[in-house]
Parts: sequence; structure tokens; C-alpha cells
Amino acid sequence: MTPNAQEQVERMLALVPYLRARDGISIDEVARDFGVRPSQIVKDLKVLWFCGLPDAVTGDMIDIDMEALDGEGVVKLTNADYLTRPLRLAPHEALALIVALRTLREASGDSQRDAVDRALSKLERATGEIGQTAAAVDVHVDSGDAAVRSTIDQALAGNRRVHLSYYVPSRDETTERDADPMRLVFADGQGYLEAWCHRARETRLFRLDRISAVAVLDAAATPPPGARPKDLSGGLFQPDPDDPLAVLDLAPGARWVADYYPIESREETASGRLRIGLRYRDRGWLERLVLRLGGDAELIEPQTLAAAVRDRAQAALANYSG
Amino acid sequence: MTKRKSERLMNLTICLLVARTFISKSRIRQAVEAYHDMGDDAFDRMFDRDKEELRVLGIPIETGPIEKGFEDDVGYRIRRDRFELPEVSLEADEAAVVGLAARVWQHASLASATTQGLRKLRAGGVDVDESALSILEPQLATDEPAFDSVFAAVTQRTPIEFGYRAATATEVGTRHLEPWGIVSWHGHWYVVGHDRDRDDARMFRVSRIEGEATPIGQPGSYAPPDDLDLRALARTLAPPHPHSSATVRVRHGAGDALRRRAVNSHQVDDQWTEIELAYGSGTSLADELASFGPDIVAIAPDEVRDAVVRRLSLVAGVEQR
Repeated sequence: MTPNAQEQVERMLALVPYLRARDGISIDEVARDFGVRPSQIVKDLKVLWFCGLPDAVTGDMIDIDMEALDGEGVVKLTNADYLTRPLRLAPHEALALIVALRTLREASGDSQRDAVDRALSKLERATGEIGQTAAAVDVHVDSGDAAVRSTIDQALAGNRRVHLSYYVPSRDETTERDADPMRLVFADGQGYLEAWCHRARETRLFRLDRISAVAVLDAAATPPPGARPKDLSGGLFQPDPDDPLAVLDLAPGARWVADYYPIESREETASGRLRIGLRYRDRGWLERLVLRLGGDAELIEPQTLAAAVRDRAQAALANYSG
Repeated sequence: MTKRKSERLMNLTICLLVARTFISKSRIRQAVEAYHDMGDDAFDRMFDRDKEELRVLGIPIETGPIEKGFEDDVGYRIRRDRFELPEVSLEADEAAVVGLAARVWQHASLASATTQGLRKLRAGGVDVDESALSILEPQLATDEPAFDSVFAAVTQRTPIEFGYRAATATEVGTRHLEPWGIVSWHGHWYVVGHDRDRDDARMFRVSRIEGEATPIGQPGSYAPPDDLDLRALARTLAPPHPHSSATVRVRHGAGDALRRRAVNSHQVDDQWTEIELAYGSGTSLADELASFGPDIVAIAPDEVRDAVVRRLSLVAGVEQR
């Protein structure tokens, strides 16, 4: 089928019962709900006008008030008793929706989980056998410490400022700061508090499992009017092209690094290693990564940093020579 | 062209939907005007194609015997109870979470499948608001090139073949799998199933599959175990449960990530605190301890201490691999 006709038939099968239940709805609202332009809905309606039961005796074509459409931009559809309900959900639609809801359930706090459970059980009932297929997909989300999470939920619900003790691994340091919570984000299997940070004076993402303590303060959360949640459509961590570039040679034991971090380039070397280019913001982070890889990775560039890592390893070895 | 085709497919659907019993091809031809002005062969071909195209949309067209006396012995119908979305009525808070679900998938084909599903729910009378602001924003991303092919195989139970690069291997090997399920664990997708080559249950990271997975059998040609527990299987991927104890010295002001996990701790002097850590894998612990450089000292057991010293020696260049 031409994709156009397939999409159109799919949309029209939903459009008819939708319009039957919403007599006189504006064309713009229909277009918004269906995620297409109003002109596309008009095209759909002009096709539907020719649909129905053409039989001369029991003739029963779908009727659309074209004057109301042209004049007031509203849709009045009648005579479609044979299409009172939409088509049931296709397996992939039901599955996508159920898995999305399960992900939401994993990320939910106690107060919201009940509504998700009720919605899930109603949808699973409405989709019948497909609910069984849904058992084949599972999503695990890490929500950090339960007490930390419930305090943050409380602050978000009451719109209150929090005080955070937050561990910054690249500096191996626990920091203290006040923050105005905006929302909880779950991406790449981790939970984050997105908040206006009074110390950094910008919107920051705080990984829940790195918050060692959180307290709700009396002050209201008042992020400045300009503070916006980050646009996460391109992924949580976008390497900044202005960040310095490191080049690493990975032995087999360190190849996971290429899967784990967004890398700029990868190239197999003649000696069976993988050479990757990796942007880093914080040199402490890169030093710790190379130390952790314990010889399975060689830092090629920048050379000054490679020397610093060697010095750090030597200083560490001195701890053992006593 | 699109317009005429859409019209024909809609009329065919309506015609089959109102039929109380199986109806013959010739009656369908009479009822759907678009079939009138064509030869018999052309009609046969077009009817077969139209039927298939409606099935692709998930419209359940059934075939069955019709009453005697007609030329054709096979008839067609759509059973209303199999066509229609059952009544779904959601409370306001339930509809709100369903609206949030629309934003979860950060993946083109699954995001559009969710949107289509919501469109049907809305047509069925559920008021779903997809644009509501939320303090909860969970996302499921899938940028693995093999994801779509593996996901389809899992939902259809189709055995697959794929090239796979194991975590520490440089070579790509070919694997044959009856996939049981797909699971997102710590932000990565894994496919679980029966590995035909090893004749055992195995788990593969989808991002390490080269290209796409290829079907090597019919959909529905095997059944996953009845007691399949994906989460329990995924847990076998997670670090082993801590069963041993290590003693580590941590420099003042450093290593808070370790201190938080300490089972015991005591101050040695004004520079060092000695802590006890429970651990599962000595190798993983040594990796982590090495990352702290001079700010920690591994004291015991020897297994961990030696592994840390070896890592540091390799990085310092005082020892060669």
C-alpha cells in the first residue's frame, strides 16, 4: 500500500468514531489531536463523504456538513452507525504503550504509582492477548535511595526548596548546595533531579544515587523565570564540541568504554586495539577513568594529561612501598 | 490516486463490517462501487491486494463457508467484536499518566506506535492530554541499530541470526537465537533467549550486535519458558552479590562514594580512615579503588591489594603487560 493511503485509512477509521462523539468540534482541535495539519483533516473528510453503504435500498453514506466546515471551521459528521468504535490496538501499538507505562511505573513515586497501575490494568484488559506479549519486554529504572526519593517527591509536590549533599565523582568531593526542584528525569536507566542550582546559578541535573542527603527547606522553590528544563530530545549528555578531545587506545578489556560513553570516533589499530576519540569536560574525570582501566587503556592525547595520570599512579604506588 | 484507494479500502471495510454472515466475493463486488468498472481478473487481483492491505492495518478479515446456492463457496466478513476496541474508561488521573506515556519513547517507530495507540483510545472516548507539564519525565532511548529487528523478533517469536562482538572480543561471531524477551537494564538493552549454538539460555547486549538481526525461521516457531522472569535473568548481569569483605584506607576529605558504602569505619590518624567494604567481584572493586589514585590504599585481602597495585603499576609504566 502506498504509505499515504495506509496512513489515511488508519486515521479515518479513528476519525469517524472520534467525530461522532464530538459534534461540532473545531477543525483545528481535530488536527491537533491527530497531529496533522487542518488541511489534511479536510482532505480526509472529503474522502469520507464518499464512504458508507452505497446500496440503493439501504443507502447510508457518511454525511458531513460541508457548509459548517467551510463557513465556521467546525466538523459535523452524521450517518456512520457502522463505525461507532475505533479499531482495536495493533500488537505493536499496545506493546509500545504498555512498555511506556511500565517505564513510567518504575519511575513513579508512591503517590503516582497507583494511578499508573490502574491505567495499566485497564489497558491490558482492553488489549487482550497482547498483554501476554508485553511480558517479553521489561524496563528497569534506578531510582536511588528510597528515603532520598520520597523527600524529593515531597519537595516537588509542595513546591519547596531543598538542601542537597551531592557527590561529584570527577572531583571525588561531596558538595553542599540549595536547589529549587523542577522535575525528575529518568534516562539511560538513571534517575535525575532537574533543579535550579543556587550555587551554580543554572539548571543542573543531579543523579539521584549521588545525593547523599536531602532536606526540604521552608523557602518556596522559585527558579528564575528564565530557567527552563533542558531539551532532552538529543540524549541526556551531548558532548560539547568545545570540550577538549582525548584519544585513547583500548585493549580488549577496556572496549566497553566505546559502548558506554558517547565517542567521537573509533578505529581498529594494527595491534588489535581500538582507538577512540572522546570529549571530556573535566580532566579529573578522565584521569580517574584511565586509572580505573589499569593499563587496558593508553591515553595518547593530550600528552600532558597522560603524564599527570602516570604521576598520580606513581604517587599511589608510594602508599604501598612502606 | 491515494484518495480513490483510501475510499475503496474504507468502503470494503464498512461492507465487511456490516455483513452478518460470510459474504461472497460477487456480493462484495456489487456493494463496493470502485470494483464495478473492471474485468474479472483485475477485480480478483485488486480484491486480494486490498484484503492484505487491510490485514496489515490489523483489521481481522475472516474467511469461511457461505450458504449453498452461490457460485463461490468462500465468503468474507469482519467480526465486530474482534474489530472494535473494547470500552476503556479512564479516571482523570489514569488518563493523565497515559498522556505522559506518549513522551516516553525516544525512538521513531515506537513513538509513532504509541501515538497511534493513543489516537485510537481518544477516538474511543478517552480524553488523553499529551502536552501536560509533568514533574516526572521518564525516557526510553534506543539508538542501537539492531533494536527494531530484535524487538520485532521478540514480539513475533521469530528465531534470528546476528553478528555479535562480545565485550572483550575483537572478532565478530555469528549467533543463532530464539529470543524470549528484551530488557532495558541500567540504560542498556539486552535480548534474552535460547542460544542454539550453546543450547542454553543466554543474554546479548543489543548494542554489540553488528547491523540487524535476520530471521531464520517462521514467526511463532518456539515458545519461551512459561516461568520466564526477565528481571531475574537480567539480575545475573548485575555485579554478583557482595559476599566478601575488604579493608581500605581512605584519605581525609576523599572517597565519600566509598565511605557511604562502608560496613565499618575507624579513624587511623588525622590523615586516614580505615573502612570495611562488602564486595562481590574483586576485579570490579580493584578497578574502582584504582580510580582514586593516591587517595586510597587497599589493605586486605591480598587478592584486592595485589590487583590494585598491578593496575597502578601498569598505568605508571613501571610494569609492562
